[in-house]
Amino acid sequence: MKTLVYINGNHAHAKASFEAVTYAKKLGGEVIVIASGNGSDLAKLGEYGASKVMVDKSLDHGDAQQITKLIAAAAEATGAEVIVFSHDLVAKAVAPRLSVRLKAGLISGAIALPETSNGFSCKVNVFSGKAFGLVSVKTATKIISLLPNSIQPELNGSACAVEDFNGNVGAAAIKIIDTKIPEGNIPLPEAELVVSAGRGLKGPENWGMIEELANNLGAATACSRPVADIGWRPHHEHVGQTGVAIRPNLYIAVGISGAIQHLAGVNGSKVIVVVNTDPEAPFFKAADYGIIGDAFDVIPKLNEAVKKFKAAH
Amino acid sequence: MKILVCISKSPDTTSKIAFTDGNTKFDENGVQYIVNPYDEWYALVRALEIKETSGGNVTIITVGTAADDAVIRKALAIGADDAVRIDAEATDAYFAAAQIAAYAKANNFDLILTGKETINYNGSQVAGMIAEDLDLPFVSLATKLDVNGSTLRLEQEIVGGLQIVEANLPLVVSCAKGMAEQRIPNMRGIMAARTKPLQIVPAIAVDAFTVYESYTLPDAKKACTMIDPNNMDELVNLLHTEAKVI
Repeated sequence: MKTLVYINGNHAHAKASFEAVTYAKKLGGEVIVIASGNGSDLAKLGEYGASKVMVDKSLDHGDAQQITKLIAAAAEATGAEVIVFSHDLVAKAVAPRLSVRLKAGLISGAIALPETSNGFSCKVNVFSGKAFGLVSVKTATKIISLLPNSIQPELNGSACAVEDFNGNVGAAAIKIIDTKIPEGNIPLPEAELVVSAGRGLKGPENWGMIEELANNLGAATACSRPVADIGWRPHHEHVGQTGVAIRPNLYIAVGISGAIQHLAGVNGSKVIVVVNTDPEAPFFKAADYGIIGDAFDVIPKLNEAVKKFKAAH
Repeated sequence: MKILVCISKSPDTTSKIAFTDGNTKFDENGVQYIVNPYDEWYALVRALEIKETSGGNVTIITVGTAADDAVIRKALAIGADDAVRIDAEATDAYFAAAQIAAYAKANNFDLILTGKETINYNGSQVAGMIAEDLDLPFVSLATKLDVNGSTLRLEQEIVGGLQIVEANLPLVVSCAKGMAEQRIPNMRGIMAARTKPLQIVPAIAVDAFTVYESYTLPDAKKACTMIDPNNMDELVNLLHTEAKVI
């Protein structure tokens, strides 16, 4: 069996890319990477189990239609039976197109390895993280889009060969005018640790201690919907039902009551810490550790404790 | 401009999620269905705004049974001109996308909008599948959409940021937060929705690619460990030694 993994060259060294290759390796067959764009050191993907990388460097800013054609050409050239994506924003545009093009069933947001004892099925999050579904694929070729932070990357091999591959993908129909990527920030969906705050902080001028805590922990910052809606924090920080859904290892929620729509975006977190003045805040029911107290009192103390811990470790 | 807005029903966001028939079916008992928020707040409202400034027609389409007509009327009450229901229970994303693509192919729309995902299956599949079936370009997760003749300028979420793109009609777009603001239907809209055209179209034969075999609920969360607000060293220690996350 051969498994093809699509990697966006610009994110070849993101943890999510290593996770996708590791996942493909665990399926048992040969793993071949098809990459697009000018990523450097693609050979490193071999260390996670890829036997070779095929890359179309001309597709640095390819649109979904072009990337779909590229992967389809690679699937045909390699005879791959399974195609793996990391479930990021590129995968959300490309994987459904590829599914129709190859007549291959798509499992979006897989959180575990497939069960193959009886067919081919995979566990996914459904109902915005409130339940799990077991989806089986009925087609010969299968596509799995793996939710980030579902498995740990594992080293399994050494640097592999990188060869050019031309997918004959034609011209882009979507023209990119400008790209805005804030410097230095950890992208929320990839962050393993997240510090989030809500209306309990009383105003945007009070976020200094939240940013300090995030810096001390090496965490990303997030916020609740009301805070993004009134403009205290940028919209891309909004986690919840209508914002970003995240599943970090640690989610610290400060001054957020824990409405069901907010929980839908964070209930995949491994550990949740809640700081709230209101002992009746619903978020405590979803929390692993709770602190009833005023953020303005608790967070500076937590910052001191984290600094002390970091100095000792 | 002829705009097609794809809508899906979702359980109200506060619904209790439970399963029946040996955990193979969603338990609809006591569940109130709404228009999937991404489809309604972002795709449908933006379509109506485009119609209000540039003229045209907004058709909503869903794949479902007669039980879904109430949800369709809700979307009509917000302001869509007419509705199409493909008369079948959608068994997977591809089944739904193939039905919608077949209707769109026969009826020449300039712009096809969907929400970025449903809140029940969270798959983000249907829009991309429709685009591939129709061989149209697709802008995913758009947060802004402006029309300039037959050219559209959009903002879309990309990994770690935003990108601004231009594309020509016809086009498929999935809509995310930022695209528009939720509209509450008024009494006039609700009355008018009762008599707006709702066309029932028979489904075409399509084999689903995937099947939801079963569902499980997450394990009950163990009780929250409460920590003294004056003892943050203990919290840090527990996060390190017990939870092992720092």
